[in-house]
Amino acid sequence: MLVAKNRLGVVLFPAFDWAISPTHPEREERLLYTQDQIFEEGIMDIENIKFYNPEIAVKQDIQRVHFCVPDVEQRVTKSHLISAGGAIKAAHAVMDKETDKAFALVRPPGHHAQRVVYGDRGFCIINIEAVMLENLRRKYGHCRAAIVDTDCHHGDGTQDIYWNDRDTLFISFHQDGRTLYPGTGFIDEFGGPGAMGYNINIPLPPGTGEEGFLYVLDNLVLPILSEYKPDLIINSAGQDNHYTDPLTNMNFTAWGYAELNHKLNPDIAVLEGGYSIEGALPYVNLGIILAMAGLDYSHVREPDYDPVKLKQSKKITEYIKELCENIYNRWRQKDLIAYEFIKDKDYITRQRQIYYDTDGILENQTQTFKVCSKCSGVNMIKSNSDRGMPIFAVTIPRDACSSCVDEGYKIYKDVDMQKYFKVYLQDRVNDAYLDKQS
Amino acid sequence: MIVGLDMGGTNVDAVLIHQGKIIETSKIPTDHSNLLESIWGALKPLLSGQDPAKIERMILSTTISTNAIIEQKTDPVGMIIESGPGLQKDFLSCGRENIFIGGYIDHRGREVSPIDKSEIEKAAKTLKGKNISAVAVAGKFSVRNADHEIRINELLKDEFFPITLGHTVSGKLNFPRRVFTSYYNSAVYTTFLKFSESIYKALQREKINAPVSVLKADGGTMSLKAGERYPVNTILSGPAASVMGGQAFLETSKDAIFLDIGGTTTDISFLADGVPLLEPLGIKIGEFPTLVRSLYSVSIGVGGDSSVCVKNNKIVIGPKRLGRPQAFDGPCPTPTDAMIVLGLISCGNKSKALSAMKEIGEQLNLCPEAAASAILDTMAEMIKNKAEELLHEINSHPVYTVKELLYGKKIKPGLIQVIGGPAKAMAPILEKSFGIPCRYPKVYEAANAVGAALARTTAEITMFIDTAQRTLAVPEMGLYEKISKDYTLEEARLKAIDLLKQQSSLLGAEKGEIQAEIVEENSFNIVRGFYTSGKNIRIRAQIKPGLIYGLWGDKNVSG
Repeated sequence: MLVAKNRLGVVLFPAFDWAISPTHPEREERLLYTQDQIFEEGIMDIENIKFYNPEIAVKQDIQRVHFCVPDVEQRVTKSHLISAGGAIKAAHAVMDKETDKAFALVRPPGHHAQRVVYGDRGFCIINIEAVMLENLRRKYGHCRAAIVDTDCHHGDGTQDIYWNDRDTLFISFHQDGRTLYPGTGFIDEFGGPGAMGYNINIPLPPGTGEEGFLYVLDNLVLPILSEYKPDLIINSAGQDNHYTDPLTNMNFTAWGYAELNHKLNPDIAVLEGGYSIEGALPYVNLGIILAMAGLDYSHVREPDYDPVKLKQSKKITEYIKELCENIYNRWRQKDLIAYEFIKDKDYITRQRQIYYDTDGILENQTQTFKVCSKCSGVNMIKSNSDRGMPIFAVTIPRDACSSCVDEGYKIYKDVDMQKYFKVYLQDRVNDAYLDKQS
Repeated sequence: MIVGLDMGGTNVDAVLIHQGKIIETSKIPTDHSNLLESIWGALKPLLSGQDPAKIERMILSTTISTNAIIEQKTDPVGMIIESGPGLQKDFLSCGRENIFIGGYIDHRGREVSPIDKSEIEKAAKTLKGKNISAVAVAGKFSVRNADHEIRINELLKDEFFPITLGHTVSGKLNFPRRVFTSYYNSAVYTTFLKFSESIYKALQREKINAPVSVLKADGGTMSLKAGERYPVNTILSGPAASVMGGQAFLETSKDAIFLDIGGTTTDISFLADGVPLLEPLGIKIGEFPTLVRSLYSVSIGVGGDSSVCVKNNKIVIGPKRLGRPQAFDGPCPTPTDAMIVLGLISCGNKSKALSAMKEIGEQLNLCPEAAASAILDTMAEMIKNKAEELLHEINSHPVYTVKELLYGKKIKPGLIQVIGGPAKAMAPILEKSFGIPCRYPKVYEAANAVGAALARTTAEITMFIDTAQRTLAVPEMGLYEKISKDYTLEEARLKAIDLLKQQSSLLGAEKGEIQAEIVEENSFNIVRGFYTSGKNIRIRAQIKPGLIYGLWGDKNVSG
């Protein structure tokens, strides 16, 4: 029988009894054919590949990352706790050295879920990678992580969560926001004052194929990673860059995803989007499993694969070359860019409008980050939605200095309760999560 | 009267049962050079003086196929494998000759690329040239659409025999196991056929008209005729015979641990609500895992005759048996010697057993009796640790729905059942170690043969329905038919039960004993472009392993 070169843990949890709605892309059927393919290929019999059931994430895991409005219980279903728990289980298998790598094939996805959660956006309610990574830091201590998001949609949730965290490098490949939901992910979204340059967006033109994706990886992502030197690489393995995906316009392939995964060499991969449930997912997931296990994936091909049809145009190739150069230069100059941006400001504020496409909610938000020389700085969110329930939330970051901790508690204590439905304090130093209502 | 026979590696046990009572047993050593003679050697004393017309049924648990595989005395097989895209294919080469052909069926059973007739003709030529007659054909996703396998069979059937088609060995998805199972089936085909022909001849000679069945690895039976077509299902029926035998003496409807303690090993199995647990996919034999349905049974190298020594102030038992116990002039101390010293069993030379325990005791600063106790405690502890490890694995088997993850069945044994030579001696010690009651049958002679005698016919079918394509498939029965677009789960369920009954009748089940059940059912909406285009229904139905009746009664059980 086959023996995998790398010990690989797989959490395969298709949640066959959960859907957003019966005909929604995020429905029971989504991983059915993927499971069929994995079973039929006999992956479960390969030595060194081990399958795990998800754990179930707990409330504190969610509070560590999100401000759920009105509360965790009303926003987050058991299915979401299991999906995040599946990612957590995968991470634990790696951290406990039971396996060398792990892949969480779970649903629903999470990379559009931001810090504040009024509802479901982009089929996501909680950010399963972030919930996983923060659980892992709490359990195993400090680690520098890179999250590489290969979903076709901008990972705007993950960007928001790690906006001001230089211990988490976030890199997102995606179809240009001018042509696809959520409409963000441009190269000038570069991180908060405490982590400027550690949020890297790579908006790719529609029609990008194997050549383009692998060019970006080789010439931009891998060089940046080798300079950043993360302890852990996490791949948000969305699969909707595939040429058969119904919601996007890219030309990536199953073999390409496997090759990308092989080169990226992540410790943990977590499934994100991808809704070509028959034509792409069975083959892409198989390719990723084989690549992570160190097995031969050269025979992984879609039934209708046609290299001529999928060849990327010269124009796209040129565009991507220039884009990569531009982004890499910005990365090299990130300290200078930060200096010019911050100058002598004490606080940096950004205003945003966030649309929850799945639930049809519009949120208006102001984030304020303290510029602190000792830590990434205490920060605040003031938010309201078109359904009401205005909130105020304070975050004391993991690396907060003692004065930022004190300031966080003071702000929480002094806030004018009359103005808000609910006020939150997220004290990540002490893993304590408080809230109060008027 | 019912005749049950279990041919093990060491002995052949046979039993004659009449109206729930054992009326005769026999035991002779297995003669590996003549397995058929071994069977008649055991049956002769059993049946002498009995009226052959009164025999209602006869069930054989035989190692004929297992032995052929282990001793590598199987027929050379030509494999024709349609591997399609996916994993690399070299590891599938299990036959004498392995020919990989083009063509591909996808996960929904749609033909993506056709087979090439000239490729098959070329393959036939190659196999002919190498003088290979036995063939197995297996394709990826052939259970979803067997058309390619069937067409290849059409092209080969006049020139080759036997031919095993992958989709017929099991409806489960696992292409490598399908390849290996088909291979084994063709490899042992003629060996088993010769065996069954000689059984029929001998029955004729002895004027026995009763239907003859063989035991399968899943603890159920099938007719000898059905066995001829799928002899692979008779491999490793030995552990199944003893688990089923144990059930004949020790009925329960609880979760339980079942132990068969022998001389060299202890076999560990489990019962869930009183029903023996099955392997999720199938048993492994030789180097290859298969889709042969089988009872879950794990063997550890601890038994009554295991060698005992002291290493680093600790008692070490097994994993080898070096010979008989010292009480029987064996080479080293054994748990059996410990049992003799403690007066738990009386056999052999007690003073020799005592000196064995003295030898162990001196190294641990213990008197011989204390050393004997320590050995048996260690033995119980080893069995317990293994059983708990297995239980943990079983209880963390992958599940795929929120409901199962939150509320799924976990096996929590409240009972131990133990059979085998040292059962009585070990029962109180196991009870203490596990902290749950331990029962053993007072009389358990020929338990394995009893298990064979009383086992029911088992069967399993897998049904796959795609209403968008209007197809219904039951690969095990070779059934592929068109259905209406609005076929429902309810209809599918009824049909599955009906087909399962047909299938089990074909395997030799009698009407009264068929208790069909649905073990898995799923119905998915197939949504394309935001509209439901059909339903994808999957059903697995089975007749679970069980007994036609037990030999229960309070007098039989202790513990």
